[in-house]
Amino acid sequence: MIRAVIVMNTQGKPRLVKFYDFQPPEKQQELIRSVYGVLSERADNVSNFVEADAIFGPGTQLVYKHFATLYFVFVFDSAENELAMLDLIQVFVETLDRCFKNVCELDIVFNFNKMHMLLDEIIFGGQVLETSSEQVLKAVEEISKLEKSSSAISLVPKSVSARFGR
Amino acid sequence: MNPFSSGTRLRDMIRAIRACKTAAEERAVVRKECAAIRAAISENDQDYRHRNLAKLMFIHMLGYPTHFGQMECLKLIASAGFPEKRIGYLGLMLLLDERQEVLMLVTNSLKQDLNHSNQYIVGLALCALGNICSAEMARDLAPEVERLLQIRDPNIKKKAALCSIRIIRKVPDLAENFMGPASSSLKEKHHGVLIAGVQLCTDLCKASTDALEYLRKNCTEGLVRILRDVSNSPYAPEYDVAGITDPFLHIRVLRLMRMLGQGDADSSEYMNDILAQVATKTESNKNAGNAILYECVETIMGIEASSGLRVLAINILGRFLSNRDNNIRYVALHMLMKAVTVDFQAVQRHRTTILECVKDSDASIRKRALELVFLLVNDTNVKSLTKELIDYLEVSDQEFKGDLTAKICSIVEKFSQEKLWYIDQMFKVLSLAGNYVKDDVWHALIVMISNAPDLQGYSVRSLYKAFQTSNEQETLVRVTVWCIGEYGEMLVNNVGVLEMEEPMTVTESDAVDAVEVALKCNSSDITTRAMSLVALLKLSSRFPPTSERIREIVMQHKGNVELELQQRSIEFNSIIQRHRNIKSSLVERMPVLDESAFIGKRVGSSQATLSADKSSRPTSGSPGASLKLPNGVAKPPPAPLVDLLDLSSDDVPASTSSTTDFLHDLLGGDLMSPSSSAPSGGGAGTDILMDLLSIGSPSAPTDVSVPNIISSNQGNAGELETAPASVMDFLDGLPSNSSLPGDKDPIYPSITAFESSTLKISFSFTKQPGKPQDTVIQATFTNLSSNTYTDFIFQAAVPKFIQLHLDPASSSTLPASGNGTIMQTLSVTNSQQGQKPLAMRIRMVYRVNNEDKTEQGQINNFPPGL
Repeated sequence: MIRAVIVMNTQGKPRLVKFYDFQPPEKQQELIRSVYGVLSERADNVSNFVEADAIFGPGTQLVYKHFATLYFVFVFDSAENELAMLDLIQVFVETLDRCFKNVCELDIVFNFNKMHMLLDEIIFGGQVLETSSEQVLKAVEEISKLEKSSSAISLVPKSVSARFGR
Repeated sequence: MNPFSSGTRLRDMIRAIRACKTAAEERAVVRKECAAIRAAISENDQDYRHRNLAKLMFIHMLGYPTHFGQMECLKLIASAGFPEKRIGYLGLMLLLDERQEVLMLVTNSLKQDLNHSNQYIVGLALCALGNICSAEMARDLAPEVERLLQIRDPNIKKKAALCSIRIIRKVPDLAENFMGPASSSLKEKHHGVLIAGVQLCTDLCKASTDALEYLRKNCTEGLVRILRDVSNSPYAPEYDVAGITDPFLHIRVLRLMRMLGQGDADSSEYMNDILAQVATKTESNKNAGNAILYECVETIMGIEASSGLRVLAINILGRFLSNRDNNIRYVALHMLMKAVTVDFQAVQRHRTTILECVKDSDASIRKRALELVFLLVNDTNVKSLTKELIDYLEVSDQEFKGDLTAKICSIVEKFSQEKLWYIDQMFKVLSLAGNYVKDDVWHALIVMISNAPDLQGYSVRSLYKAFQTSNEQETLVRVTVWCIGEYGEMLVNNVGVLEMEEPMTVTESDAVDAVEVALKCNSSDITTRAMSLVALLKLSSRFPPTSERIREIVMQHKGNVELELQQRSIEFNSIIQRHRNIKSSLVERMPVLDESAFIGKRVGSSQATLSADKSSRPTSGSPGASLKLPNGVAKPPPAPLVDLLDLSSDDVPASTSSTTDFLHDLLGGDLMSPSSSAPSGGGAGTDILMDLLSIGSPSAPTDVSVPNIISSNQGNAGELETAPASVMDFLDGLPSNSSLPGDKDPIYPSITAFESSTLKISFSFTKQPGKPQDTVIQATFTNLSSNTYTDFIFQAAVPKFIQLHLDPASSSTLPASGNGTIMQTLSVTNSQQGQKPLAMRIRMVYRVNNEDKTEQGQINNFPPGL
């Protein structure tokens, strides 16, 4: 099972945080800080896996990828294949890239709620739901379309609807 | 209209937060936003509800409290529009958890939405349920999810399948309801649905053995077909990851096969072919391909595969190990670790490659490889492996040396067949990475040397040689200094030279030089210096001509800022100068350390704190003891006894209950001050009594009991020194005898809890039968000064695991000169009775001659078992 997905920038600011088993908010911040502490000390030419027993409990590992100013981190337990998790990050990032056309940190900051929408189409309750970015994008587009055409459109603040429209 | 609610848009808020330069600014912005949102909530503002919730989610991500928005989620979920519902469900997943009662309220909305005609709303509800479902919700909503699992639409179907997993995890009893739909989902064509369906089957197998049997019977064939189709299928761009068709489906299917094949020869047999095909045909130049191979290997290892297949699997891992990609090497080591239990020999073949991984530049890989090497060590390869590891120790990174040293030490200790080899390896480790060697390791080395009379000469000479080149390794210095102190004459006279040794000449003054270097070296800490002083004292007796020089060196520390060193310096000086007649018997070579007791203790006590001083400064205890013990109760001879006691000190505390009274009469308050500071553990360096006697044990009862036993044995002490074994027996016998009555009806002796020149407090204890945790303490206060105390108040504080209740005192006036007392009753409840002793800090406030006085102290000498 995937325990958590964390996207943070290289300064340790969280940009997308999703825990699949409940953690109280203070604990979440603490975990994010410890993950950052581990990642920030790792060199570039080392493996993408870190044993996370000390942070998330026995048997857990984390896999991360570093893109420009962002770390993408998946935390998972022994029921997942490490290398597949690495690929899943790839799928996630590729999907973001297709969705935002050259995704950058700013896209993620301002669209965190679209990020959640995307993530929920890829990982569902800690399980892999869909690995085809095509399918994910299709689902997300349909949802956006529905939001736009919804009768409640007048109530959607411009900022939100504009972002969904992209 | 609310003045705030027109406020900022989500985007503006994010921008404002991003613009903050300091954390304080950020807090101010967030506070303002939260205030506005709260106001909007209390006005029941409809228009901006979901914008506010979106803001709250952002604020939540930054780590600020957002609980006040929880009800808003429910309102949004209950509204009709899709955008509201979407934000509402998102908030539900992020801000709430299954433990909150709010969730009870959402079950109904979820039920409605699961039955909604709009598939996207159903999707939202499923997603939320899959993330936050509690056991109650699982029971209530399982029928809906089960129904959705049979719907044709793949988007709903795959979500329903994964949602079922959450339901089964919460309520395993529901598993059987999902068996049918799960197995039929394996017949689907849609990859997403297949992945979810296979995953659901895997979880069903975990949840119930019935399901496992059912799926084994009905699905093995289907799974093999899926795997064959997907691995033979031509290019399918949609599910392609880096040129490999749908690796995720591969992996999920292989994993389920592992569940089904485990311990079942028939289905394993059935899977053999396809596994062999996947293992040989999958391309291994891409990460995705390797992920499949990796999973395939794990499955082969997990099921009852044919031996040929297993060899194939281990060889794949061998190939992984030599891969240039760090990630691949990392997972290969992980898998080999699991494979060790399945096929030790096959893994053993890759030993050299694994050993190379120990030297990798990547810390994650090094760590794993080291653990794996540790598993691979056996009697036949221990020598070559140890040699490799020790060679590497020389060049390894600083931060890796700790781990590496610990592993080498435990390998060497575990597999030492010959003492000489053990000693040699330990010396190498000490001189290469002595600063990383744990205390119990070098203690064990000393115990071993002490037990190997024919190697003592060799040891001291080797250490002397090693010391000349690497004297900055703390533990090497300590062991060397100890050995020179004990076996100095073997160093000088070349006693017991082994064949392979090179001859060397060391004069008496060279030996003294070495210890002097250790004493004066800047990197030596107080323990090392203290050990050096003892070694010098011993040498002064071994080498009489150097005695005067040694005295001078020792005297250089008479003004040392460390009390410990200063005291040793002065005491040793007086021994060398004035007590020549007893000196040689004082500093005799220490008796052979009891190896089995040491090992037993090391294994037994988790902390393994045979403190630095214990085995190293044994006989030296005597002069210190005679000078320090206030009323001279303990005479020099008991020191070796104490040292022996110390080896079994874990057992000793229990023996005190019957004897402490006597002790207190004997030693009275004088012993109180040292014993109250020492047991806290922090006093290790300062408490000379403890240190010199080498009692390093942190439990208070020990040091109370030791002098007591000593005093009762005083007459025999001389004899005891020569017959340590009998003393050990005697001591070992004690606890078992005296702890028996303690179980039934313990009678605890009174203690003097505090004594100063002006005030004395004694405690007596009673226990209610049947309530072992509760103790009633009767405190008696006595005024030792010649002035009456008024407004006398006694205060006490206890650690968290103890509860304390103070009854009113009998009076607040304490007459002078002991002409009357104040009595006060204290009730304590020790929630960790039997595991942790009582401890208490006390403070007494009173007025004397119209002046306020305060006295305080700490009580650690409670009888054990309270």
